[in-house]
Amino acid sequence: MSDVDQLLVREAWLLDHQRLDEWLGLFTDDAVYWVPLQMDQAEPFTTASLIYDDRRLLEIRVRQARHPRAHARVPAPRTVHQVTNVQVVADDGRELTVTSSLVMVEYRKEHQRVWGGLVEHRLRRTDAGLRIAAKRVDLVNSESELEGIACLF
Amino acid sequence: MPTLSADDIARLVEPDRVHRAVYTDPHVFELEIERLFGRAWLLLGHESQVPNPGDFFTTRMAREPVIVARHTDGSVRALVNRCAHRGTTVCDAPSGTTRQFVCPYHGWTYGTDGALAVVPFAEGYDPPAAGRRDLGLARVPRVDAYRGFIFASLADDGPSLLEFLGHLRTSFDDLVDRAPSGQVEVAGGVFKHTYRGNWKLVLENHNDAVHPAFVHASSIWAARESSKPESDGYAEIAVRQMLQNGAPPELWESTGLWAAPYGHSFMGDYHTDSRLVTALDHPVFREYRTALERRVGAEAAARTLGVSRWNSIVYPSCSFMSQFRQLRIVQPLAVDRTLVSAYSFRLVGAPEQMFRDTVAFANVVNGTGSPVLTDDLEVYERAQHGLTTARSDWVYLGRGHGSDLPDEHRTWRGKTGTSEIHIRNQLAAWVRYLTEEP
Repeated sequence: MSDVDQLLVREAWLLDHQRLDEWLGLFTDDAVYWVPLQMDQAEPFTTASLIYDDRRLLEIRVRQARHPRAHARVPAPRTVHQVTNVQVVADDGRELTVTSSLVMVEYRKEHQRVWGGLVEHRLRRTDAGLRIAAKRVDLVNSESELEGIACLF
Repeated sequence: MPTLSADDIARLVEPDRVHRAVYTDPHVFELEIERLFGRAWLLLGHESQVPNPGDFFTTRMAREPVIVARHTDGSVRALVNRCAHRGTTVCDAPSGTTRQFVCPYHGWTYGTDGALAVVPFAEGYDPPAAGRRDLGLARVPRVDAYRGFIFASLADDGPSLLEFLGHLRTSFDDLVDRAPSGQVEVAGGVFKHTYRGNWKLVLENHNDAVHPAFVHASSIWAARESSKPESDGYAEIAVRQMLQNGAPPELWESTGLWAAPYGHSFMGDYHTDSRLVTALDHPVFREYRTALERRVGAEAAARTLGVSRWNSIVYPSCSFMSQFRQLRIVQPLAVDRTLVSAYSFRLVGAPEQMFRDTVAFANVVNGTGSPVLTDDLEVYERAQHGLTTARSDWVYLGRGHGSDLPDEHRTWRGKTGTSEIHIRNQLAAWVRYLTEEP
């Protein structure tokens, strides 16, 4: 298995096992985690996003779930991430751009949802190995009527 | 369907409590669709969504699929999206520009005023269908706008839009007057979030000053624990807003809360963070302030920016934040299912940074994945769930009951900002709508 495959599989495993601090550890300090609102959305600053977190907001999101009265996150949504169709589409020596397909089942409090998304990771080569500098998840139904999203893709 | 008499309805609402059937009974919901959503002025959108003739967007009024279109004569029309022939919707796009609406089934074609223009095989109908006025798209009986906000009513008669809005007009004024050009426009995308609960729950929550400390405890805590209390960079607006939700009880008590005729209400602002409130003169707002002053003068600009409101609720379809350029349209889907569409507005003529702030604010306050909003939605669903029990029939709305005070402009004011006056006022209007026979 390549380093890239290993990282994506590891990331999915950490999310599916609620090991969110370790998951955060996969990201660089300047990382962004983005779930756009619109198909083909060009940027996150003048169009709203389902989620647009810089590193600091991502830490707050993960920390929030530890609060006993995090109403939408306790109990935590349980997920299974299925990551396929992995392609390295660019590599400038410092960073790789990797696209993949995500099918994810989410379950919480008697409700199950199936999500589908096209994912793009920007992975940076660091002394500690590959790290996620950016993750973008384009959900196929991002513009539809959606119940609240408290899971991580 | 069992008939609910006016007395049955009136018995559901008492001065400081309401029967759970108001949130859970499908028969009550049917009556709401007919008598409340079938009569009141409902907000459909904003004129910036249809700037030119032929522009349209589609929406719903209660159960009616509706097209809002700018006709060739410049007027805004609201048409029922249903072919006069076999009932098919004639327009499927969320928005666009067109000269006519063509039914996909048999090609019946309508103008942007709903008039029937073309009928294939017209001679086959008796009398021939061509040119028949009775076969146009049905028109929503009343359409009007205030400061660019398009409202419509499914009832032929009733109060005018201006009478209906009353003092709430000043909240729309507040939003539009903040634009250096005097214009605002819908921009930045629309969040469409649903929850498994009655539509009233969201309108009751938006002016509820006690809930943030409890519903949002986890995001307030997580933001406080964050490494830099005063963040910079992209996170700034979101973190500051999460922290503001943790304002002390005295602050929530001291915000004003006003209730107005027809179920409307608005709340004074609780923000003290100069990076969020333009009136507090943070350097980041200087360019914007200058742009506004250039158009209206320093005195008027100060007066406009000095208006400090949080949510304004135009019952039963709309809740908006004039100061923060956010607006939600509430649509009932079923007794226990609601759709909220959240829009952002650009202050035309303001520096781009203002709109970037608006988008960041939208993400944290109205975003479907927001650490803040998701907890609101969860609590609405838990309220709906709890209200299914038959062991206890009454919802208690006693906070501030008996201490509400009459104020100017035909409003009543809660003695404190944490009063439940806005909910009691909504339900009083609800009884008036539902007990009035067709």
